[in-house]
Amino acid sequence: MLILAGTIPVQGLPLLAGSGNLTPDGLLIDGHLLDQNRGTAAMMTTVAVVCKKYGLPAPLCVTAGDTGKRDGSSKVYAYLTERLSELNPQVIAFHYIMPDIRKNNQLVKAIKQLKRKPLLIADAGSMYVAKAGGHAPYYDIFTPDMGELAFLADEKADHPAYTRGFIWHMNGEASELVQRAYHWKNAADILFVKGTTDYICRGGQILKSISEPSIPELEAIGGTGDTITGILAALAYRGTDLIEACLIAARANREAGRLARPTPATQVKRIIEHIPQALTLAEKWLIESQIEPLGIIPDYIQKSTTLSEEQATIH
Amino acid sequence: MKGFLNKIFDKVDSCVRKNNSVGENDGAGNGQEASDGPGADKSNLQQQAARGLLIFSNTTEVIRAEEILKSTGYQIRVVSPPAQYRTGCDLAIDFPLVEQVGIIRCLKEEKIVPIDVLPLSAERLEPLRLCRITDFGDYLMVKAANMKITFHKLTWKIVNISGGGCPDVPYLAAEMIGKRLPEAPHPKKLGYTLCAYSLSVAYEEALRIMEEQRC
Repeated sequence: MLILAGTIPVQGLPLLAGSGNLTPDGLLIDGHLLDQNRGTAAMMTTVAVVCKKYGLPAPLCVTAGDTGKRDGSSKVYAYLTERLSELNPQVIAFHYIMPDIRKNNQLVKAIKQLKRKPLLIADAGSMYVAKAGGHAPYYDIFTPDMGELAFLADEKADHPAYTRGFIWHMNGEASELVQRAYHWKNAADILFVKGTTDYICRGGQILKSISEPSIPELEAIGGTGDTITGILAALAYRGTDLIEACLIAARANREAGRLARPTPATQVKRIIEHIPQALTLAEKWLIESQIEPLGIIPDYIQKSTTLSEEQATIH
Repeated sequence: MKGFLNKIFDKVDSCVRKNNSVGENDGAGNGQEASDGPGADKSNLQQQAARGLLIFSNTTEVIRAEEILKSTGYQIRVVSPPAQYRTGCDLAIDFPLVEQVGIIRCLKEEKIVPIDVLPLSAERLEPLRLCRITDFGDYLMVKAANMKITFHKLTWKIVNISGGGCPDVPYLAAEMIGKRLPEAPHPKKLGYTLCAYSLSVAYEEALRIMEEQRC
């Protein structure tokens, strides 16, 4: 099972926990239609698109309304902490959520009690709280942008807003920021750094960098980082070598951007429409570029998992 | 008056006793800098690191602020501030740093303004106010910390907001995109978190650029 967890900026939206299904009007979860335009909904929609392309079971989406008052975030933390042992997920992607160290500590404790550790991907507020709680190395993949990488590299910052100026100014020095983040144990096993150039990092080193096709406008478009996290989560769930998954996600997101012909005013919905075709192009690119996989294949994949088995677990 | 002060001191004593009993370093009477080694035990340190202190000019304000914030649902407590943070008041409010914007606004609505706001374990740190500008031709993007706001150079219309990780960011984006800079709601008025604070820094820089262009 692939679990996607995060909040949606809709006041009063109750806790939803159900399969994320694509419709022409948006993502349908537990009877509620969500706008896919940014944040958690963009990430979940992307995952649903990629799962559909590869014939994978739809993800279990756990979400609730939160506009910054913590109400929805608390529900998501509580649901996961209480239900993870029954759900027994293979992959969890955590997204927009109010950082709450105490609640996240309880969640990590619940994960550690599972018979099999799921692959953990964190972006946005979930990544902030993982770092703040001292759990970063327990996670498998973080997906920061350059500003968030500076935050991970600053051992004293509690939030990206508190990143010290001299570190924030190291914007062009990804290599040094990556080293610092790993040195201070504030990085997940793999860092996927999103930016003008995407960096795939492990053990304090940049393993691969991807900068083509170059679509500078993507940085301005809200949600284009969320789509990367979504592609990555779905590919990891598919059982793809994790570095290979990072490479495909980076290239596919850029290809989707190229196909959408964006301006800085383009909304991410238009990018998501092109992801299936972009994935095909990215896979072809990977084969032609003859990049050797690094052997980081998730060991949790149960090929026998079927859609009906997962639905039974959800309900 | 004596009863009032006793009530306050009881609160502090109770808080300190409680935390001593579980060996937790909550910063009450201890504002020491974080250990620098990567191998340092981070658990207690990090628990403390994500919190901050509200410093007020008098204890009455602390108590009022405590009542207001607790009734609003914020996870705060009254503590004795570290010696170096004493700025005319022996009490402070320990609060989750990430909710600074919402807490300050909540207090301002009740006409209570702290005289200082300090990160508990990283006293030298202040919110980043530096901005970086990217020119896309017809559009400008202003970046502050992890937040970016992009607007059209001629119409001043906000066309995109990206970055951030707290739940109010997508909400702020939905409220601000499509509006002209001067008419858009200020992120500090709608947001609750440090991401909203960073977005407000970028937004104010965008307004400044607009004013410069008009002159």
